[in-house]
Amino acid sequence: MKDFRYIDGAAILTLNKEACIGCGMCVTVCPHRIFALQDKKAKIVDLNACMECGACATNCPTEAIFVNPDNGCGCASMIINSWISKVRGKQVNVCSC
Amino acid sequence: MTGFTETGNGAVPQVKTVLDFKDQLGTLRARSGIARNQYKLNPGLYCVGSPTPESPVLVTANYKLSFDALRKELTDLAVWILVIDTRGINVWCAAGKGTFSANEIALQVQRAGLEKIVSHRELILPQFAASGVAAYQLKKKCGFKAIFGPLRAKDIPQFLQNSNKADEKMRTVTFSFSERLVLVPVEIVLVWKFFVLITVISFAISGIGQEIYSLQTMLTRGLVAGGATFSAIFAGALLMPILLPWLPGRQFWFKGAVVGAFSGLAYVLTIMTGAGIVEKAGIWFWIVAASSYMAMNFTGATPFTSLSGVEKEMRKGLPAQLICTIAGLCLWITAPFLG
Repeated sequence: MKDFRYIDGAAILTLNKEACIGCGMCVTVCPHRIFALQDKKAKIVDLNACMECGACATNCPTEAIFVNPDNGCGCASMIINSWISKVRGKQVNVCSC
Repeated sequence: MTGFTETGNGAVPQVKTVLDFKDQLGTLRARSGIARNQYKLNPGLYCVGSPTPESPVLVTANYKLSFDALRKELTDLAVWILVIDTRGINVWCAAGKGTFSANEIALQVQRAGLEKIVSHRELILPQFAASGVAAYQLKKKCGFKAIFGPLRAKDIPQFLQNSNKADEKMRTVTFSFSERLVLVPVEIVLVWKFFVLITVISFAISGIGQEIYSLQTMLTRGLVAGGATFSAIFAGALLMPILLPWLPGRQFWFKGAVVGAFSGLAYVLTIMTGAGIVEKAGIWFWIVAASSYMAMNFTGATPFTSLSGVEKEMRKGLPAQLICTIAGLCLWITAPFLG
């Protein structure tokens, strides 16, 4: 995905190297190839390519990875729908996918 | 369906790897947004070819489009397909929502009696399921080990041939021209109600003029305004996704505004040749605003925009769109009083 870059410095993704056991699951599951293994530890090599899908954090057995936990995809209409449902005070299906 | 395969736990339906006319029609209906939310199949175990207890088990969602995308790549293979209940939602979205989960897989494994059907204890999951399924939990929950397969179904034959190894390319998401183009119809269908509403409103305000209200002006000017909304949707929901990698900027509202600016210019110079500059400016602002808004909403269809990023761009995009809309509205309403 080198052809498609989104806003730099926006994504919330952190890696706690102390907790990392170097299992490499994050390297496997990331659809944007953000992680690499170096000296038996995971390393973030391309933070700005992160889309916060959460695959790495979900699959990290030691919870060493933190991703923006606000559930849902990066989708403007979902954000607008969730505002509307907050204003109207009732639960609606905010996602159209 | 072509028949059944007998197993250690009863008969398992066998499906074709070629999509027939009905499947193609269903794909068309789902892609156009007509019957997208009710395009499901029953969860459970299926198979292609004549699998044995040693054959691999692929897991997928019960969205018919996902299921079809998978099975059409499995020609000449003999595999089991475990369809889990994601309420008719595709793999990646369901994983994001938490319905494509370790719990749901474990439930379907148990319901299908999979341990009596296969001799191994491995499940091949789509890589896109990783947002919702923690591989290390699945084993504890159902005794089956999760292996993440490739992102795209078309790479499965090679993945299986390479003894369950996916290369970098198979694990990297893409967003090619055709992958963008198939998403366009749904984006347009999702806004048609708003289009009708806005067109009605724009007809209503177009009649206001020096004669207080004129039905004749309402029709002629309303048509121009309605056409402008249409061309804004064309710009923001069709041109913008097509031109995505070549448009300036990173933020979608800006890319949409750029496409809208050019489309708006084309519209006022070709359709509104007889109109004054104020009227033209009003329409131009409206096309920029609406195109920008449509483009911003396309973020949800892409595989690379983060939620934090979208929130960030909306804080700039929404005010810009609002200002352009108000400017367009003021110019459009005052224009008849100036001439």
